[in-house]
Amino acid sequence: MNIPPDAGNGLYGRRALLRSGLAGGAALLTTSAFADTKLRRPEWMQTPGGPMSAAGAPSRFEAHVQRTSIRSQPGTDGSGVSSTPLQYLDGVITPSRLHFERHHSGIPDINPAQHKLYVHGLVDRPLAFDTEALARYPMVSRIQFLECSGNSSALIAPQAADLDCAAIHGLLAVSEWGGVPLSILLEEAGVSPEGKWVVADGADAAVMSRSVPLAKIMDDAIVALYQNGERLRPGNGYPMRLFLPGWEGNASVKWLRSIKVTEQPAMSKEETSKYSDLQTDGSAKLFTFPMGVKSVITSPSPGLQLRGPGLYQVSGLAWSGAGRIKTVEVSADGGQSWAAAQLDDHVLPLCATRFRVAWRYNGAPATIMSRATDESGAVQPTRAAVMRGRAAGSFYHMNPIQTWRISVEGQARNVYV
Amino acid sequence: MFMFSALRENVRVLTACLGLGLLVPAACIAAESPQLGQSVSAAEIAAIDFTIMPDGTGLPAGSGTAKQGAALYQQHCQACHGDKGVDGINDRLAGGHGTLSSEQPIKTVGSYWPYATTVFDFIRRAMPYATPGSLSDDEVYALTAYLLYVNDVVAEQAVLDAASLPKVEMPNRDGFVWATVVE
Repeated sequence: MNIPPDAGNGLYGRRALLRSGLAGGAALLTTSAFADTKLRRPEWMQTPGGPMSAAGAPSRFEAHVQRTSIRSQPGTDGSGVSSTPLQYLDGVITPSRLHFERHHSGIPDINPAQHKLYVHGLVDRPLAFDTEALARYPMVSRIQFLECSGNSSALIAPQAADLDCAAIHGLLAVSEWGGVPLSILLEEAGVSPEGKWVVADGADAAVMSRSVPLAKIMDDAIVALYQNGERLRPGNGYPMRLFLPGWEGNASVKWLRSIKVTEQPAMSKEETSKYSDLQTDGSAKLFTFPMGVKSVITSPSPGLQLRGPGLYQVSGLAWSGAGRIKTVEVSADGGQSWAAAQLDDHVLPLCATRFRVAWRYNGAPATIMSRATDESGAVQPTRAAVMRGRAAGSFYHMNPIQTWRISVEGQARNVYV
Repeated sequence: MFMFSALRENVRVLTACLGLGLLVPAACIAAESPQLGQSVSAAEIAAIDFTIMPDGTGLPAGSGTAKQGAALYQQHCQACHGDKGVDGINDRLAGGHGTLSSEQPIKTVGSYWPYATTVFDFIRRAMPYATPGSLSDDEVYALTAYLLYVNDVVAEQAVLDAASLPKVEMPNRDGFVWATVVE
């Protein structure tokens, strides 16, 4: 690129790409001058390849792309988390097999023929819906993110920990979620005027439970049956889960079994003692539902080696629980200057958006970061701003700007600035 | 003829949708329920309804004391949560009172949880970890009483039941503010 960069230390953002005039030069057509050349065939071109199969799998050379940072409460193996390997993915869709997990008492092995969703409480007619019946209901599908409220909690550590993108930010995934608007089921049951909340229970061994304002349920909540075109994976709530677009993941109760309409929240253990935000003054916030505006550079990031100076694409994900992403800015000089990133075409509400800038890396140490702004005007805050007023150990709803420091060897590292 | 009547029906639904100010009338038409919900008896609902509200709604019959709960705690809880709810491999359940505004807040049942009913609700749902649902309601009351007792919230002899448990005042009852306004 012989055009001036958009920001310091060699960043070419959206403006530079527009100036450069994306039309490429005509390729030169040539014919081989070497008549006696033996056409080369690597091993896999010398015999017919593998057979058809009933289900595909990634290449064996991609075996390293797996969920990572798998950990569970002491003495358990299903009460914990595993992370989406964000740094190995591009685009926005998370392959279902790599969708992060957060379970509170393992993954139940539910027979859909024996599972029912009960809608009851403050309704005119308590109803039960079996899986087969639900599949006959009008459905919608939307590509939206799901983020655990505890995502990025590693960034509360006083010293920046030596962790990769998945370990810090991998409790995020994007899927096409398909299912039945819960409003249809509630209207069929007839909600009493005094109903203001619903209590959602899962069919896991913990009967995981959250209270959700009825307004959200009637607005855009679905009983999801499909994820990326197939039925939900067991780890994502098979045969049905609550899905609350843009809200903290825990409230999207998996293995949904019961929706009880109530006047007040139940004040369950999860919503009071766990998914609440303790402040330095000793008070705690309840029901912080929407996830804040956020972005992270997934490439380069720790573990992805830059191989010497030259042109690289810096790319990452941006998302917000308030709607669409409006802009993402990228800095390669520690936040002194910013270039507006190119956003991939599909900028969807309550979905992650892929952003990209070109970067002429000169081989010297560099400090790169991204900053998202959503359509509500909310700007991704600095770490200092996110930590202000937050009690020690209070780790939910962390959305600070992530900084990667690129070493002279081309290695990225989590740092605070 | 069917086409026309279907068309008329669509126009009717469209008009209704537009009247509601919805932006996507097509979604409204598509959102008609096939009415496949099965009616359910009160007994069936009672058998799947775990919810206990802070005012005690949903609490079952039965009762228990901390004295009865002590042995149950040793048997079912101590291995993960430690002696008297402290120093276990999993969540600390007792102590930490008055630490929430300190530099090292300790969140336990006694120091943090706003409602005593939540203790009963959670034990009955999810504990013991390996065998949830194995305790009787009397045993859950007794364990709830024990955890409140080791947190100095109730006396060792206090009998907890559906009437007394919702009246227990937790130390951090007023420590929470709602981040979401619900009209």
